[in-house]
Amino acid sequence: MPVSVRLPTIMRTHAGGNSEVTAEGSTVGEVVEDLIRQFPGIAANLRSPEGGIHKFVNLYVNDEDIRYLDKLDTKVGAGDQIAILPAVAGGAA
Amino acid sequence: MAVYESILDLIGNTPIVEVSSLSPNPRVRILAKLEGQNPGGSVKDRAAKYMVEEAEKDGRLGPGVTVLESSSGNTGIALAMICKMRGYPFKVVLPENVSIERRQLLEIWGAEIIPSPGSEGSNGAMRRAHEIAADHPDWFFPYQYGNPANPRAHYEGTGPEIWRDVPEITHFIAGLGTAGTLMGVGRYLKERNPGIQVWAVEPPAGEMVDGLKNLDEGFVPPVFVDNNGFELLDSKMIVRPRESIEWTRRLTEVGIFAGISSGAIMAAAVKCAERIEEGVIVTIVCDGGWKYLSTGVWTGDIDEVTERARHIIYF
Repeated sequence: MPVSVRLPTIMRTHAGGNSEVTAEGSTVGEVVEDLIRQFPGIAANLRSPEGGIHKFVNLYVNDEDIRYLDKLDTKVGAGDQIAILPAVAGGAA
Repeated sequence: MAVYESILDLIGNTPIVEVSSLSPNPRVRILAKLEGQNPGGSVKDRAAKYMVEEAEKDGRLGPGVTVLESSSGNTGIALAMICKMRGYPFKVVLPENVSIERRQLLEIWGAEIIPSPGSEGSNGAMRRAHEIAADHPDWFFPYQYGNPANPRAHYEGTGPEIWRDVPEITHFIAGLGTAGTLMGVGRYLKERNPGIQVWAVEPPAGEMVDGLKNLDEGFVPPVFVDNNGFELLDSKMIVRPRESIEWTRRLTEVGIFAGISSGAIMAAAVKCAERIEEGVIVTIVCDGGWKYLSTGVWTGDIDEVTERARHIIYF
């Protein structure tokens, strides 16, 4: 099922300059795999050398951090939106 | 009423007020802790006071020592107020895209503002502060993102206050910036009752910070990592500017004139209330609305205000 994925600025150059793309999958992990198949250039930004998700990358489904859902096994379907955002210092301070 | 010796004695012990009329679920109460009641106007008074007093105790800070910090506003304002009272020169690295009122308040307290590019956000301001601090080892750089006195202010202050006033609490919801409030309060509350859930609210900062050129410039605060933040939290969500502004406006229905980040936290509290069967949510109102009047948050056209909010740091 195609799911919409919002990309951060630093990954857009590897995806034809698009800020939003679609990818297939029924879990976040599957969508990420499809994303890397379509745009191999983003793999270096998304994956850590050890194979997991890079520690400075946050993945969200409908604006919720997947670490507190089912991580990469979090189910997604039509209408869901995945957002990839780099971890930055919150402005709180 | 007692007479206080110093305005700094008024930091903490903030009131909690019922805002359950905004709850979408009649079986879920929502209570707001009004941190804008602190004398410097925000929750950041707590961490600033702890960081200064600890440095005075261990000798890193004393007469004539310059204090340097990076801040998008509230910590800077709190430190500037305290430094003015204690007689320390204070310099703050401040992103250019903060509201004019934050800048004015820093000037009132005599802070020297060192501007950093708005496109680099708080990350850029922090990097610049590290560079300046390295050139001036005799200055005191509190470094709120990594200073254990920051979460301790909440572990010893905010947390026990909430537990004292609302022992029936089931959920604690606050903003995630330095992680000081969430880690300090979260750890304290879970030690008292492990069943209490701790939810974090983030601004969509990553989208605004276009200056981030590669991921190695990404940042997770040491305060978050050192306190096992990933394990401590039960949920973390982004609240978008429009929703934050809508809830900042809704808060005025219960008489609360708050900053935009408090609107974001309230929006998350409402989502939480929709999902749970019953419970008692305590949220943080980080500051009053005064510093955001120039943004037109309460009265402007919501589309225009939302667009403007995308370009300022309001969290």
